[in-house]
Amino acid sequence: MAFAGIDELQGALAMRNYIADRPLATTLFLALKLNKPLLLEGEAGVGKTEIAKTLTTILGTQLIRLQCYEGLDAATAIYEWNYPRQLLQIRLAEAQGTHQTTNIFTREFLIQRPLLHAIDASHNQAPVLLIDELDRADEEFEAFLLELLSDWQITIPELGTIKAKFPPIVIITSNRTREVHDALKRRCLFHWVDYPTLDKELNILAARIPNINATLARQIVVFVQELRRLDLFKIPGVAETIDWANALVALNTTALTLETVDDTLGAILKYQDDLQQVKGEAVKAILARVNNL
Amino acid sequence: MTTTGHISEHIVGFVHLLRSMGIRVGSGQLVDFAHALTYVSLTERETLRDAARCSLITRHEDLPLFEAAFAFYFRPISGFDPAQLAIPVVRIPQRPLRIPRQKPATSPDAGNEDEQESQDEKVGVTLAYSASETLRTRDFGSFSYDEVQQAKTMMRHMQWRPALRRTRRTQHTRQRGRVDLRRVMRESLRFGGETLKLAYRRQRMRRRPLVVLCDISGSMDRYSRMLLQFVHTLADGVGNVESFVFGTRLTRVTRLLRSKDVDDAVALVSKQVLDWSGGTRIGNTIREFNVRWSRRVMSRGPVVLIISDGWDRGDPTLLSKEMARLQRSCHRLIWLNPLLGNARYQPLTQGMQAALPYIDDFMPVHNLLSIEQLGKTLATVGDIKRERKQRLSLPSKSESGRA
Repeated sequence: MAFAGIDELQGALAMRNYIADRPLATTLFLALKLNKPLLLEGEAGVGKTEIAKTLTTILGTQLIRLQCYEGLDAATAIYEWNYPRQLLQIRLAEAQGTHQTTNIFTREFLIQRPLLHAIDASHNQAPVLLIDELDRADEEFEAFLLELLSDWQITIPELGTIKAKFPPIVIITSNRTREVHDALKRRCLFHWVDYPTLDKELNILAARIPNINATLARQIVVFVQELRRLDLFKIPGVAETIDWANALVALNTTALTLETVDDTLGAILKYQDDLQQVKGEAVKAILARVNNL
Repeated sequence: MTTTGHISEHIVGFVHLLRSMGIRVGSGQLVDFAHALTYVSLTERETLRDAARCSLITRHEDLPLFEAAFAFYFRPISGFDPAQLAIPVVRIPQRPLRIPRQKPATSPDAGNEDEQESQDEKVGVTLAYSASETLRTRDFGSFSYDEVQQAKTMMRHMQWRPALRRTRRTQHTRQRGRVDLRRVMRESLRFGGETLKLAYRRQRMRRRPLVVLCDISGSMDRYSRMLLQFVHTLADGVGNVESFVFGTRLTRVTRLLRSKDVDDAVALVSKQVLDWSGGTRIGNTIREFNVRWSRRVMSRGPVVLIISDGWDRGDPTLLSKEMARLQRSCHRLIWLNPLLGNARYQPLTQGMQAALPYIDDFMPVHNLLSIEQLGKTLATVGDIKRERKQRLSLPSKSESGRA
C-alpha cells in the first residue's frame, strides 16, 4: 500500500489509534518514499516502538523485531549455521562414501535470525524491521547494520551475498543511553519524538481508551502535563499516562481526588524519590490547578 | 521561500549555513534532502521544514540551531525580520582563567626558554624522573610555572590502565572456554569432517569507562588548572572517558578535551565554561548530572571520579540524596580531595560530611605521587562491587498531606 500524501498517512495512523503530529508523519512518509531507515530518538514511553507496530498493521505486512541488548552478536542477530545438521550431514555423506563432494555451507544449513530474515527472498512484500533500543547493544554491533541499511544486503563469508528483493522498512529506536554512531545516523532519517502537547495527549487517550469519561480524561492529561513540569528524576511518558488512565477506569473513577491520585501514583511515577516528592502537598497543588480549568 | 529560482541552489546554500553553524551535514544527507523534496509539496513551509529536519539533522542538540537557521534562511520575503539576522551567530563570552597561563613577567626571554624546554624533553624522560623526585611529592598548589611544565611532561608519560570489565561479547581464545562450533565445523572440513581440535570462545574484556566530575569553583582555584590537565591526560590515555566540570552548574567538556594538545584543550574549556572560580553547589550539580546525563553516560559499569574539596554552599540533604543515587548507578565511586594531602586536614565541612557515607574510596589528589596512586587504584578495581551500606535516609514527609 502506497500513500499518496502525508495527510493520507497521518489519517491511516489515526485510524489505527496512533496519533502522529505533522512532522512525524512527514518523516515517516519520506522514509517510505526514499526507502531509508528511520531513527527515532526520545525519552522512554513516548511511543517510538508503537509507530513500527502501527505501520505494520496499516501496510498489512510482517513485523520483524530485534530487541537489542549488550552482547548481541551476529549469531543471534543475523544468522547462524545449523551445526548439528551439518555434523549429521557429514556423517551421512561418510556412510554413503560421498563426503568429498558434500557442501555443508548452503542455504539449507543456515538459521535465519531477524536481520537476515528481513531481507529473505520469501517475502512477497516489504516487511517492517524494528530494531528496538539500539543504544542497549554495544557499539560494535552497529557495524553489522551498516551494510544492511545502505545496500539491503548481508554478506556471509561461506555463502556469498544475500540481497533483499523487497527492501524492508526499517525503524530504529534509541533511548539515548549512549550516542549512536555517526556512520549509522547518516544512513537514516532522524526524528526526535517529544512529549506530546496537551491536545495531542488528549487525542491519544481518547483513541486508546474509547470508553473513558471526557472530564476524567482531561483531568488526567492536565495532571500529567503539570507533573512533567516538576523537577523529577523520571518524567512520565505517554505510556504511563495510558497506564494510569486504564488503572483509574478499572477503579471506576469519575473524577480525580487526592485519595485516588495518591493511591494510584505508582502507575506514573516509578522512583521512590519522585513519589516522596510528589505525594501529598504537590498532588494537592496540582489538583487545585486541574480543577480550576 | 525567498525566491522561486533554482531550488538546488537554496538547498546547497541552506546546508552551507547549517555547516557554518557547526552542524555536521554529510553530502549524502544533502542528496537525501534534495531527493526528499521531489516527494513533498514545496509550497508548504512546514512540510519543507520537516523534510529538511529529518534528512539533515542527526542530533537532538542541533534541533534549536536548525530551527533558527530555517527561520532565517527560508523567511517569507514580506515578513522579513532583521532581528533574525543575529540568530545564527553563537557568541561565547570569553573569560580568562584566573590561574596564570603565562610565565611570570620577570623572565623577558620567554621564547628562548621554551626552546630550551623542548630540547630538554628530547633528552629523555628517565632523566627528568630522577631529577624530579622531589617534584612528585610537592603540593600542586605551590607549583611555579616551570614546575607545572615539568609536571605536565611527567603526567603525559604516566601509564593508565583502568581495570577490565567482562563484556557480553565473545572472542576466539586458545584457552579452554565455550566451544566455538562454527570454527570447529570449518576446521573439521579440512579433515573430511573429523573433529581433531576444539576451538573456543570466551568473554571479551574491555576497559571500564571512566566518568570524571571536576570542581573548578573558587576554593579549588589553586588546583583547577593542574587537575584539568590531569583530566586531559586521563581522557587522552584511557579512551573511554566522559568529563564534566562544575562550579554552580555542570558543563560537559568531553569533546573540548579531545584536543591533543593539553594547553589547547584547557584553553578551550576555560573559554566555554562560564562559572570559573565561582561558588560551588555540589548537590545541585550532582543532581543535574543524575537527571540529565546519567542515562547517557553511565552505562557499562563506570568508575566515577569526583574531584572536589567538598566546600559546598548548597543543601547537605540534597547532596547526600544525590550522592546515594550516583553511587547506586556506578561500579565504584572515588572522591579525590586535594586537601586530603595535608596531614591535619579533616573532612569536617558540611558538604564532605554529607557525601562521605556514599563514597567508595576517599583519596588525595594534591601531588604527582597521589595521581600515581590513583592510577594503581584504578587498575585494581575488581569485578565485584564494593559492599555498600547505604541507609535510605529520605526525609519522611509528614502525613498531614492527606487530610
